[in-house]
Amino acid sequence: MKASKVAQYGLLTALALVLSWLESLLPPLGVPGVKLGLPNLAVVFALYRLGWKDACVISLVRVVLVTLLFGNGAALAYSVVGAALSLALMGLLKRTGKFSSVGVSVAGGVAHNAGQILVAMVLLETSRLAWYLPVLWVSGTVAGVLIGVVSGELVKRVPDKT
Amino acid sequence: MEWLKTHRNDAILIAVLLLLGGALAVFLYATRQNGGYVSVQVDGETVMKLPLSEDTRIVLGEGGHTNTLVITDGAAQVVEAGCPDQICVNHGAIRYAGESIVCLPHRLVVSVEGGQESGIDAGTG
Repeated sequence: MKASKVAQYGLLTALALVLSWLESLLPPLGVPGVKLGLPNLAVVFALYRLGWKDACVISLVRVVLVTLLFGNGAALAYSVVGAALSLALMGLLKRTGKFSSVGVSVAGGVAHNAGQILVAMVLLETSRLAWYLPVLWVSGTVAGVLIGVVSGELVKRVPDKT
Repeated sequence: MEWLKTHRNDAILIAVLLLLGGALAVFLYATRQNGGYVSVQVDGETVMKLPLSEDTRIVLGEGGHTNTLVITDGAAQVVEAGCPDQICVNHGAIRYAGESIVCLPHRLVVSVEGGQESGIDAGTG
């Protein structure tokens, strides 16, 4: 692995971690799971600048580190499944070449939230979470638009030095 | 509207997703029923059922791992919890069939069930 790549990995992972922490400081938005997904700025940026596998590595390292630092085991299951679904869908959509970072990020946001509800249903052995679905579905879409627009601009504006 | 021209597929995707989410919300709203009773589940097992028509205050769990459930005016709410995130407390009150409050650290689900207070399990999905 080239030194420049190692540095980029480190930087983006650190950035994702800081954004996770920053997001945890924001006041709760009423419904658990409704959030901006700020760390995804770094993940979507990595997806476009480095590639799908690199984005997966950065996302996974972030999830594990966040769990070690702030979270618990249950949160890890949520995050991993959400992040995995999100990355799988974002990778697929990006490969079609029909969507910009906005569409890709929107699909990622919705997949992330849907994945978390699935885990909650399995972990709590209940199907009575139906009400969360439309709320998180729409909030994932809105957050995805914001993250997609910002990270798209970042990919355009941040110079590629490698 | 320059953006719409260059991002047509993105716009379609967003519109479809919002419509789906909206349709789901409308469907759930249209088929909602006033809840008859509150079911408390721990580890996936129903440990108690409380009628929504009776005002109650009950402490669930033991040691530092407690959730205080309050039923007033036909709505249930967790007012105090011994967990760091306080998600269940911030959730607010629930009163319609199918609504639920979840406390993941304590593996607790408080959900409203429809129908009569007799304990007939109306399928709420």
